[in-house]
Amino acid sequence: MDAIVIEGISKSYGDVRALQDISLQVGSGEIFGLIGPDGAGKTSLFRIMTTLMLADSGSGKVCGLDIVKDCRQLRRIIGYMPGRFSLYQDLTVRENLDYFATLFGTTVRDNYSNIKEIYSQIEPFADRRAGKLSGGMKQKLALCCALVHRPSVLFLDEPTTGVDAVSRRDFWTMLARIRDAGVTVFVSTPYMDEAAMCDRLALIRDGSIIGTGTPDEIIAGFPFRLLSVRGRRMYPLLKELRKTPGIVSCFSFGDSHHAAYRPEETGKEKILASLSAAGFGDCTVMETSPGIEDCFMWLSHR
Amino acid sequence: MKEFAASVVKEFRHIFRDKRTILITMAMPVVQIILFGFAVSTEVNDVRVAFCGDMSDPAVRSVVDRIDNNGYLRIVRRLSDPGEITGVFRRDEADAAVCFGRNFGGNLAPSGHAQIRIIGDGSDPNTARMITGYIKGVIQDEQGDAEVSFTGERKAVMSPVVQLMYNPAMKSSYNFVPGVMGLILMLICTMMTAVSIVREKETGTLELLLVSPVRPLWIMLSKMMPYLFLSAVNFTTILLLAHYVMKVPVNGSLFLLCVAALDFVVTSLALGLLISVISPNQKTALLICGMGLTMPTMIFSGIIFPCESMPRVLQWFSDIIPAKWFIIIVKKIMIQGTGLASAAREMLILTGMAALLLAVSIKSFRTRLQ
Repeated sequence: MDAIVIEGISKSYGDVRALQDISLQVGSGEIFGLIGPDGAGKTSLFRIMTTLMLADSGSGKVCGLDIVKDCRQLRRIIGYMPGRFSLYQDLTVRENLDYFATLFGTTVRDNYSNIKEIYSQIEPFADRRAGKLSGGMKQKLALCCALVHRPSVLFLDEPTTGVDAVSRRDFWTMLARIRDAGVTVFVSTPYMDEAAMCDRLALIRDGSIIGTGTPDEIIAGFPFRLLSVRGRRMYPLLKELRKTPGIVSCFSFGDSHHAAYRPEETGKEKILASLSAAGFGDCTVMETSPGIEDCFMWLSHR
Repeated sequence: MKEFAASVVKEFRHIFRDKRTILITMAMPVVQIILFGFAVSTEVNDVRVAFCGDMSDPAVRSVVDRIDNNGYLRIVRRLSDPGEITGVFRRDEADAAVCFGRNFGGNLAPSGHAQIRIIGDGSDPNTARMITGYIKGVIQDEQGDAEVSFTGERKAVMSPVVQLMYNPAMKSSYNFVPGVMGLILMLICTMMTAVSIVREKETGTLELLLVSPVRPLWIMLSKMMPYLFLSAVNFTTILLLAHYVMKVPVNGSLFLLCVAALDFVVTSLALGLLISVISPNQKTALLICGMGLTMPTMIFSGIIFPCESMPRVLQWFSDIIPAKWFIIIVKKIMIQGTGLASAAREMLILTGMAALLLAVSIKSFRTRLQ
């Protein structure tokens, strides 16, 4: 059975349409990633799925429970970690955890095994105020608080935003273990590089889903070939590439440009030649394989 | 029930760990009582009087002596010319001046017409009115004695004796203790409750509370408990200070007074909850409480200005301020020492307000985000 099924969810704030006709299915026991830039509507969707907000239209079920009608039962079986650190800064680590355990009618001792792995990392600081923890530790505490009542589905809204690279990697390892324990994890992130860690994902932009599938499926759906181009004068080079015939799109990508081209119309040598003709003789061009970000750029500009 | 207890404990931790909150809530009643009791007193004591007149005239001397011997008045200096009065007032060397007319003693004879001018400092009209009233009283006494000495017999004289029941010494503390009580209880219950709920909205913790299976009503009630406790502590502090420092008696039933306070506290808590529902952040909540509650309470509850002398429309407005009714009840029970029967109407009004506000605020409390 699917853990989450939502159909045709729309939500507007006044004139701003935050979500437009969103439909998703999330299988039980998988890590499902919602990938999209800031302002794409990720948090709105989270709030609707966690019964915090009502959608204008559409319906949804989490673990077979309706997100509107059965919100009371639903609140017992989901865990939610909002995007912002939302624990009590003036309470200690232990007090925060105890409080949230009590709110869900359980105790930390009863569910210690569930959070042991994560909690053991912050346990040495159990008596420290939550506000005095480092970013990574705050995140672990928030995760513990969301997990302490053994939820069936865990909603994590941008858990890795503002966390350093090492902590982010640790965090995804933790998520994989949580998934292995049978919990469905629904996670959102603005970082495309984290998409590969998800079992399945949905790309969201301006309130619409522009693609779903496993990371491999999404990458396999990329219909062009990709060149990584590097040169001295990067911005004129970008403009020149966009004018070059046969190139579908070109975007800046870190220290290089990713240019998608139709292999039946042009090729690496042809592009290199036309670049030198335009006065960009000093650039290096490499074939590269597309990533989720390339797919996202293509899908969102289609 | 366990959830409720845990929430109450958590709320107490928030308060006791925030030194500023605890300082404000604990020190505010003490500071206000002391401030109103000693600094912002409306009584006039030790008035400095300057005079201008001929000291060789026995009639002038007699009036000056009488002024100097009055408990509230004190002669500070003699001016040689009435023109000096302005300078004396400007340098704040005297609060009032008395000028005797030329040939004062001679004109005092039955045929004549002796004149005395009393000059007050009108830049502070309330005090000036009181001071000139005192001096007038002293001169009236002197006039009565003068008549006796000239005619040798007492004429028919009406001398009114004013007695203020419940407050014979006209102490202003009888007025401000109920006022401060109302103000503090309202501030603690309404402002602090509103701010503490809105703070959770601001930090996002309310989101977590709402997704938990606990009923939001319990969470709100748990947030009110610590403030109920704090207001009980403050109520006791004010009563003790009023009784032992300000010597304000508790003439009526203490139990009844506590019941009235509880009634008022519940009204204020409900109001706080309502404000928290409509304000998106702490700043708005504070502004609504400050501008929309504290100020009208100060002005319209009768602490400073009597409601009876306000225009009709403002009187109607003052009727919707809970503190006004509470202050009336406290005055009745505490100062007049009357029982439930005489304060029943006000108690009923306050209870009605509490019920209405509680119903509206619970009804409008949203269990979801906007």
